[in-house]
Amino acid sequence: MSILSVKDLSFDYPDKSILHRLTFSIDKGDFLCIAGTNGTGKSTLLKLILNILRPLEGSISLLGKSSVNFSEYDKIAYVSQKATSFNRDFPATVEEIVSLGLYKKNSFFKRESKKEREQKIDEVLKKVGLTEYKKKKVGLLSGGQQQRVFIAKALISQPEIIFLDEPTVGIDVSAVDSICCLLGDLNKAGLTIVMVTHDISSVLYHSTKILILNEAGGGKLMDSEKFNSKPIFAHFSHGGHNA
Amino acid sequence: MLEIFTMPFMQRAIVVAICISVITPLIGNTIVLKRLSAIGDALSHSGLAGVAIGLCFGFNPIMTAVVFSIISALIIEYIRSRFSNYSEMATAVVLSFGVGIAAVFSGFIKNAASFGSFLFGSIVAISQTELITVVILAIFVLAILLFLYRELLYTAFDEESAQLSGVPVRSVNLIFTILTAIVVSIAARTVGALVISSLMVIPVACAMLVSKSYKQNMIFSVVFALLFTISGLGVTAFYDLKPGGTIVLIGIAVLILLIFVRKKE
Repeated sequence: MSILSVKDLSFDYPDKSILHRLTFSIDKGDFLCIAGTNGTGKSTLLKLILNILRPLEGSISLLGKSSVNFSEYDKIAYVSQKATSFNRDFPATVEEIVSLGLYKKNSFFKRESKKEREQKIDEVLKKVGLTEYKKKKVGLLSGGQQQRVFIAKALISQPEIIFLDEPTVGIDVSAVDSICCLLGDLNKAGLTIVMVTHDISSVLYHSTKILILNEAGGGKLMDSEKFNSKPIFAHFSHGGHNA
Repeated sequence: MLEIFTMPFMQRAIVVAICISVITPLIGNTIVLKRLSAIGDALSHSGLAGVAIGLCFGFNPIMTAVVFSIISALIIEYIRSRFSNYSEMATAVVLSFGVGIAAVFSGFIKNAASFGSFLFGSIVAISQTELITVVILAIFVLAILLFLYRELLYTAFDEESAQLSGVPVRSVNLIFTILTAIVVSIAARTVGALVISSLMVIPVACAMLVSKSYKQNMIFSVVFALLFTISGLGVTAFYDLKPGGTIVLIGIAVLILLIFVRKKE
């Protein structure tokens, strides 16, 4: 069953055409890696899917619903690129930031008890390996640990699909590896993942599909196994237009 | 010597100082974390324009300052949404506009000392009516700030993620800017319009040096603001100084001391 479907999607910025008639779809349980050189519209595509930007043409279906009228925000989660440039002096603990992820599950009249909230935070911190950092200030953690905090914030609402925008930017190689392994494990446990990255080699082993965007505004979707059989640079030429 | 604290004008000043010390740093927390510190300056100058108009036409100057600051806050939000990459331009435009209006109308005020008391604050100038106005507005602001606690933390952390989690970011920003306008206007009388933005920022800066969480940061910033304001008023009463300047200088001294102590650690 297709969990995300993009059809004939086009988008322009005032000074530049970014995406042109892009079409692809992924199924529930996939781990899609969106790659491409700078300026090919990787983050823009994510923002279009999440309805932060409106497409010029084409349609997007997320969890079986048009992205324009999408309202089931409790079923999706997003780790923004902004989180990677987190202000180190921001005075919030791991616990406080992670609990923000529960916002969409709550309303003014329906909030979980403190005990329930603590339990959920403990569970998700265990999942990302940060149990002992619960009371620490996020700014005092390393880049890799901070990214785990933001992933935990996204996971705490138990989404069906999680979107990550360049989660490995600005963190050291060993931390990149452990984050990619964490995402791989989450995917094996059934979570659908859509991740934008410029560092395709580190996540290739864990992903199931790769979408390569090109400078002509098109993209090529392929299985990760197939992608592995050729040298990486061979995929970034102006080849196929759409998946 | 302590008799001065039994005098009605001093008691009124202390009540107002407590109200302002509670709400100003709470607003300041979000302002600092969103890196919008200049907004306090812009709105205080707009408030000054409101004060000048109020004194000119015989209205309650705090209320005209509130109205004028809210209008300015709405203009700031509009300019920020139109020029999202140049949002600091909004504060510069509104600040200049406020100064312009204040300068023109201040020329028509018969009692210049009254207008001067809003520039640097005046403890003797607080009337019973103004006391009631400040207390009611402070309770109103505090209630909304507590109600929007999570939303303000989320938008300060990351507006994009907050929006995708269902936080009504635009409405929250709008309400927050209006609250800032109200706080700036009511604080002008005690600490003065020209130094109110300092009272928004300095207690928060001090709190950031000692707090271990967002919640602690809120509490400590209020404690620091109370410390600066009450001790500032005490010093003012005994040495006949301007309260605004005294409060801010005490705050700066504590901030320098804290930075020094933290560096040593």
